[in-house]
Amino acid sequence: MKYLAFAAGLITSAAGQMAAAETPVLTVYTYDSFVSDWGPGPAIEKAFEADCGCDLKFVAAGDGAALLARLRLEGARSEADVVLGLDTNLTAAARDTGLFAPVEVAAEYTLPLEWSDSTFIPYDWGYFAFVQNRDLVAPHSFRELADSDLKIVIQDPRSSTPGLGLLMWVKAAYGDEAPAIWAGLSDNIVTVTKGWSEAYGLFLDGEADMVLSYTTSPAYHLIAEEDDSKTTALFDEGHYMQVEVAGKLAASDQPELADRFLQFMVTDAFQSVIPTANWMYPAVTPAAGLPKGFETLTQPKTALLFPSDEAAALRDPALAEWLAALSR
Amino acid sequence: MARRAQPLSPALGVVAALGVAVLILGALAAVFWRAEAGRGLGPADWQAVRFTVVQAALSAGVSVGFALPVARALARRRFPGRAALIALMGAPFILPVIVAVLGLLAVFGRSGWISQGLSLIGLPPLRIYGLHGVVLAHVFFNLPLATRLILQGWQEIPAERFRLAAQLGAGPGAIWRLLEWPMLRRTAPGALAVIFAICLTSFAVALTLGGGPRATTVELAIYQAFRFDFDLARAALLSVLQIVLTGVAAALALRAAMGEGFGVGLDRAIRRWDAQGWVLKGQDGLAIALAALFLLLPLAAIATEGVAGLIALPASVWGAALNSLLIAAGSTAILLLIALPMAVAVALMRHPGWVEGAGLLGMAVSPLVIGTGAFIVIYPVADPAALALPVTALVNALMALPFALRILVPRARAVIGDFGRLALSLNMGRRAFVRLVLWPRMRPQIGFAAGLAAALSMGDLGVIALFADQEVATLPLQIYRLMGAYRMEAAAGAALLLLTLSVLLFWLFDRGGRRHAEA
Repeated sequence: MKYLAFAAGLITSAAGQMAAAETPVLTVYTYDSFVSDWGPGPAIEKAFEADCGCDLKFVAAGDGAALLARLRLEGARSEADVVLGLDTNLTAAARDTGLFAPVEVAAEYTLPLEWSDSTFIPYDWGYFAFVQNRDLVAPHSFRELADSDLKIVIQDPRSSTPGLGLLMWVKAAYGDEAPAIWAGLSDNIVTVTKGWSEAYGLFLDGEADMVLSYTTSPAYHLIAEEDDSKTTALFDEGHYMQVEVAGKLAASDQPELADRFLQFMVTDAFQSVIPTANWMYPAVTPAAGLPKGFETLTQPKTALLFPSDEAAALRDPALAEWLAALSR
Repeated sequence: MARRAQPLSPALGVVAALGVAVLILGALAAVFWRAEAGRGLGPADWQAVRFTVVQAALSAGVSVGFALPVARALARRRFPGRAALIALMGAPFILPVIVAVLGLLAVFGRSGWISQGLSLIGLPPLRIYGLHGVVLAHVFFNLPLATRLILQGWQEIPAERFRLAAQLGAGPGAIWRLLEWPMLRRTAPGALAVIFAICLTSFAVALTLGGGPRATTVELAIYQAFRFDFDLARAALLSVLQIVLTGVAAALALRAAMGEGFGVGLDRAIRRWDAQGWVLKGQDGLAIALAALFLLLPLAAIATEGVAGLIALPASVWGAALNSLLIAAGSTAILLLIALPMAVAVALMRHPGWVEGAGLLGMAVSPLVIGTGAFIVIYPVADPAALALPVTALVNALMALPFALRILVPRARAVIGDFGRLALSLNMGRRAFVRLVLWPRMRPQIGFAAGLAAALSMGDLGVIALFADQEVATLPLQIYRLMGAYRMEAAAGAALLLLTLSVLLFWLFDRGGRRHAEA
C-alpha cells in the first residue's frame, strides 16, 4: 500500500509539473502607472489568476500613446493578447491599424454616456477638470477663467494625453469659437508642460493657481493623504471625459483567455480596485458602491465626448488653432 | 611628409569610432527602413529649428561665458571644501530633468524663494518663463560642465610656466595674454560645441521654462511625430536635421580650437604668484560664491523636499536604485573601452575630424530615435525587455561619449605630443607606454570622464522607458512612475536618493582619478 501511495504521489506530482509547464500565459500591454506597486495591476493580477489557471503577465510601456506606438512597431507579431489603457482619442488610430479583433462583453456600464464600440471596452473613466485649492474663488467657465487673473498650468497636447483632452474639451464646448477662448486663456497660462506629472508637480509647488487634471484628483489627496484642501472648478459648459479602454489583439494566441479577461474587467473584482488605485471612476460601479470620499467630488452637469473618429479628425485642426493662439 | 612615428597606433580608436557610427546610424537607418511614407518638414518645423538653434547657442554661450571667471577663480584659489564644492557642482548635470526643473522653480519660480523674498519688500514675483528661463535652466545644467572642462584646461598649464611668468614679473594681464588666452582658445570651443549639442536635444526643459508652444524644439517635434502620428519617417528626418546642426557646430568649434600645447612640466603643484592682490581675491571669491549659490540653492530645495519622503520609500525604489547602479557601472565600463582608444586616435591622427564627429553622434541623435531603432533591430531576434539593462547601458555610454572625448582628447594630445618621441627613443613598447606614461598622466581625466559617465547614466531616463517592463525599472523611471501616481512626496524622496547616489558615484571616480594629484 505504501508503495502504491508513493507511486500515486509521483504520478500526480509529475502531472502537476506538466500542468505548470503548460500554464497558458496571457500577455497584457498597459501603461506604466497601471502596473506599479501602487497601481491596480498587482491586485488585479492576483484576482484573475485565482481562477483562470493561467499566468497573467503585464508589460508596461509608457503611457497610452507610447503603448499604441509600441504595438505599431511590433505589428502582428506582438506578444500582446490584450491592450489596456488606450483612450478615446487614440481608439480611431488603433482601430485603423487592423491589429484589433472585435470583442463581445456583456456589461451594464455606468458611464454618463451610451457606449457602443465593438472593438474596445471601457474599464474606467473620468472628467477633465482644473484642480485648485478649496479657498480659491473658482471660475465657472473657460470665459470666466480667461477674464480672471488666475494662473494655470496645462499639458502640451502634442506630448500628453490630458493636454489633448483639454484641446478637445475647448473644441467640444466652443466649436468655432475655440481659437478666441485660447487667445483669452493665453495670459492665464503660466506654462505648458510635457506631461501630467510635471504640471501637477508645478501646481503643488505653488507655481500656479490651477492645473489641468481630473475631477477625481482631489479624491487622492482626501483618501490617501487625508487632506481635503483640494477641489476642482465646476464649468457650466460641461466637462470633457476621458474613457480608458481595452481591446483584444487579432493575432493573439490566447483568444479565449483574452475574452475571459475582458469579461473579467467589468466584474466587481476588477472594478472595485480602480477608484483608489487608478483614481478614476469605474466603468461599472461595483455592488458596494464607490469608496467613501468620492461623494465629495465635483459632479459635472454635462458630459462632453467626441466619438473616436470625430476626435481623430478634429485633432490636427484643433492643434493648429491652439498653436496659433498660444504662439503669438 | 611621412607619418610621424608614435608608440601607439590609432587603429583601435578608429575601429571604436566606426563601431559607434554604425550603431547610431544603424539605429537611425532602421527607423527609416521601418517607416511608411510620412509628412515632410513644414514651416512649423523650421520655426522649431530656429528656436532650437537660438536657445542652444545662447545657452552654450552664456554657460561658457560664466564658466570663465568661475574656472579661473577655482584655478587660482585653494580653500577648504574646494574639492567637495567642485564635486557637488557637477550634480545639476546629472539630475533627471523633471527633478531639476522642480528644484530650479523652487528657487526661481513664481512662488520660489526669490519671489517670496521679493514679495516681502513689496516687489512682484520673478518672471521666469520665457527664452531667458530656458537659458537659465540650461546654464544651471551646463555651467558645472563648462567650468570643469575649462578648469581642466587651466590645470594642464604646467606649474613651471606660472613660475617663469612670476620670475619675469608678469602681472595678471600678461599671464592672461600669454598663458590663459591661448589655453582658452584650445578648450573653450570644444566646451561650446558640446553644450550646444546637449541643448539642441532639449525638450521638457525648453517647453516648461519657455512658457508654452513658442518654445517648441526639434526634439518635441520628434516626440510628437513618433507618439501621436507614428510617423517614423518624419521622426528620422528631424533626427538627421539634429545631426546636421550638431555637425555644423562641431566643425565650427574644431576650426576655432587652435594653438599648440604648453609642453612638459614636472607636475609640481601650481602656485599663482600673480593673483595675490586683494582685488583679485575679492573678484574670485565673488565668482565662486555666486556660482555656488546659483547651483547649490536648487539642490538644497530638492534635498529639503526629499527628506520627508526618504524615510518611507517603497521597496521597488531600492530595487530600481540597484538596477540604476548596475547600468551605471556597465555604462562606465563600455564608455572607457570606447572613449580611450578614440581619444588616442584623435591625438594621433592628422585629420581626426570624423572620429570626433562619430563621438558627437551619441549626443546629436534623439534618444527616442536611437531607442526606437534599437527596438526595431532587436525585436525580431530577441525579447527587448530581456535586453533592457544592457541596451540602456550601451546607449547611455554613447551619450556620455562626447563629454568623455572633450575631457580626454586634450590631455591625450598633450601626453603623446610631449612624451611620444622620448618613448620612441627609449624603444618603449605600446604596453609600457600605456602603463608608464599614458595611464598615470591621464588618470585624473579618466576618473573625471568615468565619474561623469556613471552619474549621467544614473540620472538618465534614456531608452529604458521603451524597453522596460514590470520588473525592470531604473531610479529615474521609478521617480516618473511615482509622480504619475500622485506620490510626489515619495518621488521627492527617490529624487534625493538619486541625487545622493549620483554625486557619490561621481565623487568616487573623480577622486580616485586625482588621488595623487592636487596637493
